[in-house]
Amino acid sequence: MLIFEHSRPGREAPGHSPRELADVSDIPAGLLREDVPGLPEVSELQAVRHYTRLSQKNFSIDTQFYPLGSCTMKYNPRACNTYAMLPGFLARHPLAPASNGQGFLACMYELQEMLKDVTGMKAVSLTPAAGAQGEFTGVAMIRAYHDARGDSERSEILVPDAAHGTNPATATMCGYKVREIPTLKDGDVDLEALKQAVGPQTAGIMLTNPSTLGVFERRIQEIARIVHEAGGLLYYDGANLNAILGKVRPGVMGFDVIHMNLHKTFSTPHGGGGPGAGPVGVSERLEPFLPVPMVGHDGERYHWITEKDRPQSIGRLSAFMGNAGVLLRAYIYARLLGREGMHRVADFATLNANYLMVKLREAGFDLAFPGRRATHEFIVTLKRQKKELDVTAMDFAKRLLDYGYHAPTTYFPLLVPECLLIEPTETEAREELDGFVEAMVKIQEEAETNAEVLKEAPHTQPVRRLDDVRAARELDLAWMEN
Amino acid sequence: MPFIPHTEDDIRAMLEAIGADSIEALFDEIPADLRIKHLDGVPETMSEPELARLMLERAEQDGRPLNFIGAGAYEHHIPAAVWEITTRGEFYSAYTPYQAEASQGTLQVIYEYQTMMTRLMAMDASNASLYDGASALAEAVLMAVRANRKSKSRKVLMPVAVHPAYRATTRTIVDNQDINLVEVPYDPAGGHTPVEALKQYEGEDITALVISQPNFFGILEDVDALTDWAHANGALVIAVANPMAAALLTPPGRWGEQGADIACGEGQPLGVPLSSGGPYYGYMCCRKEHVRQMQGRIVGRTVDRDGRTGYTLTLQAREQHIRRSKATSNICTNQGLLVTASTIFMAIVGGAGLQRIAAASHANTRALVERFRDNPAIGPVFDRPCFHECVLKVGAPLNTVLPALAGDNLIAGYDLGQDYPELEDCLLVCATETKTEQDLDHYVEAMNRVVGDATAGRTAKPKMA
Ligand SMILES: Cc1ncc(COP(=O)(O)O)c(C=O)c1O
Repeated sequence: MLIFEHSRPGREAPGHSPRELADVSDIPAGLLREDVPGLPEVSELQAVRHYTRLSQKNFSIDTQFYPLGSCTMKYNPRACNTYAMLPGFLARHPLAPASNGQGFLACMYELQEMLKDVTGMKAVSLTPAAGAQGEFTGVAMIRAYHDARGDSERSEILVPDAAHGTNPATATMCGYKVREIPTLKDGDVDLEALKQAVGPQTAGIMLTNPSTLGVFERRIQEIARIVHEAGGLLYYDGANLNAILGKVRPGVMGFDVIHMNLHKTFSTPHGGGGPGAGPVGVSERLEPFLPVPMVGHDGERYHWITEKDRPQSIGRLSAFMGNAGVLLRAYIYARLLGREGMHRVADFATLNANYLMVKLREAGFDLAFPGRRATHEFIVTLKRQKKELDVTAMDFAKRLLDYGYHAPTTYFPLLVPECLLIEPTETEAREELDGFVEAMVKIQEEAETNAEVLKEAPHTQPVRRLDDVRAARELDLAWMEN
Repeated sequence: MPFIPHTEDDIRAMLEAIGADSIEALFDEIPADLRIKHLDGVPETMSEPELARLMLERAEQDGRPLNFIGAGAYEHHIPAAVWEITTRGEFYSAYTPYQAEASQGTLQVIYEYQTMMTRLMAMDASNASLYDGASALAEAVLMAVRANRKSKSRKVLMPVAVHPAYRATTRTIVDNQDINLVEVPYDPAGGHTPVEALKQYEGEDITALVISQPNFFGILEDVDALTDWAHANGALVIAVANPMAAALLTPPGRWGEQGADIACGEGQPLGVPLSSGGPYYGYMCCRKEHVRQMQGRIVGRTVDRDGRTGYTLTLQAREQHIRRSKATSNICTNQGLLVTASTIFMAIVGGAGLQRIAAASHANTRALVERFRDNPAIGPVFDRPCFHECVLKVGAPLNTVLPALAGDNLIAGYDLGQDYPELEDCLLVCATETKTEQDLDHYVEAMNRVVGDATAGRTAKPKMA
């Protein structure tokens, strides 16, 4: 039932708006709205109950194991929420003077400093709102860098074929053509193809390392050399930073610019689709182009760094400073982890992934890259099951929901047929991983004996499989009373 | 170890299963010279009580000044229930609803949100959010360039009275796509964007006109005339509307003869706290015929195999994960949790409640301005009606007035001289429904006193300036 269907004319939740409609007769009548907007008319309890019940129709980290590859669904500590939502932080207006925000700005400045250290970059700007906006920022800076040197003929961004969709989409937004670089059978980038592809037209390359295939790109230093020698720059898509947090700095691998997904590696919540935060870090030569605002410190006071201080900045990305409340959560998380905790993130994310990978292999599942170590994630391919039993990765994914597990990422990366990209994260206990393996084994048995139960799955959710074709063909995007 | 559940036994058993001697051994594919040795820039671990003390101190450090700035972020009452429910783990810690059957909660919330926004804006369709109001305007410009198939110029008219940070953000984002953003001046007496300022473009190929209601100065634009001008000249209309204002003012879908083509803006006034600028969310609505050009996620209602109603992400062929370099935008993660908050906010406050909040905000700002009637040094700069913000000329330098007022626990307004040199010593002031009579009195008393002191000081020591 929709909230609109609880609505009754004249019902309301008093106490949240003034009792009377104030006089607006000084506004010309032609500019005033003639009707009352058709929002629900419900009591506060009705609203609270309705949305509480809706929440219960969701899978979430707080309620289920959520091994969604490339998304780093680790525990979002409650302390991060509680202390980011203190009234003093919530009430602060974005344009209040810096003198009225020293406490908040101190957190932001310290976060910049910590992110610099863990990534090995020279400077950090916190303003991008999510990974994709961080990518946009990074590639726009690469463009600004080449332009500033009068090197404006560079027209191409290289992207491995395993890359996330945001990478090529970003290159296009920045006015670049995309050239794809193939991947070898072992999951590493095809260096011969890369050497063929680079040239005076190369502006840069966008790489994820570990890649979206769940393996560490072993010849990263070689890739950096090839691209740099061609005059291009290296962009690091930090979606998989959890695999190397506290172990390897992207700056040391040779990257010139990176983004981090704080809603992955720094445990800020995904919120059912966002908000995230995608700070960017750069090497020295890109520093002048960083987006504003940033936070500076003169030894005594914190202040904003704006366009006036950074004439070569690519500019601003949003009306204010980006997702400040998300950044506060990331700051709190980083302080709770501290140095020792930070070192351990990659350790235990990798331990969990390798354990789960080995257990699934022992249980008879095929790995996409059997000769490789898992990083923080790995890929199982169900190509064989598809061929022999006519069940797909989608069928497994949907059946897992019945067993109380959120599905791994399916059909990404596009390179591996019938793939399940599995990322357990460091915050899961061993029993949880064992339970997942057990469920996978049971589903495999079902696939062999009664495949229908998979094809018809899920059976226990609020709805069964939905008609996506109808959704797109008979568009129903907003409710209308009949 | 913070947030890591492993016991010594677990670690031993897991390594044994893997066949590795140590956790270290699991990193043997990473070249040794790349490995981190020290993390000196990260402080020692803090316990939760230590952290709590630090954050409480920092949050309190900045006091609780009485805020009279709007300028794109507005202080409104938020019912306690809104964030109590929004931060339930089931909403807070879920991912994007790609597995529809296990995400019906989030999906239905978005469908309800889309319904509420189309009704508030009187538009046909809404997406599930963009990053913020400014980046939503940038996306709207890109969308208009795709949607206006008759126009080849990629020329978009952008009034100077649109929020300066929105214009700056749009410049950054469309910079490399060969789009021409043409500034349209405002009327110095009225503070509005006069249709006459557009006359010089008549007969030219214009892709779109941006119209902000209210504009950055809080002034109400003549939206009908501007919209009709744009449509008569083959341009699409991009509305940038404050959603709280839209409850009281003619909504974008009803501007002029045909209505705006795209409506976008900042969703923050609908239940999102100020919190230093984010997270907020950008809303975006459009007419039916442009839905396939819209960016971001969209939820559709459909049925499952048993014919039961359900909700799912739809029209995904617009998006980067399907269309890659040919997608309408690179956006992936959006601002979903803020949309959840806004949906609950709109459900609790209701349409009539929104109107009363909007009207009270308007009335409070007007009452504040009227209290300066007897002070010839202070008064409104523009003579046209405003919504809930007003530009005040303050007869003294703001770089002394504002810090002095801070001493009275007041954040007195936004200094417009930063963005508009011709508006030096002009203050953009906003008094929403959250301000009481006493707040207004306090503001006026302090402002009169501080400006009085400053002027007296200047007369006494003219060389100081
Ligand atoms: C590999 C990779 N790159 C980029 C992104 C985009 O990040 P965001 O969703 O924060 O925009 C994601 C996540 O969705 C990802 O997994």
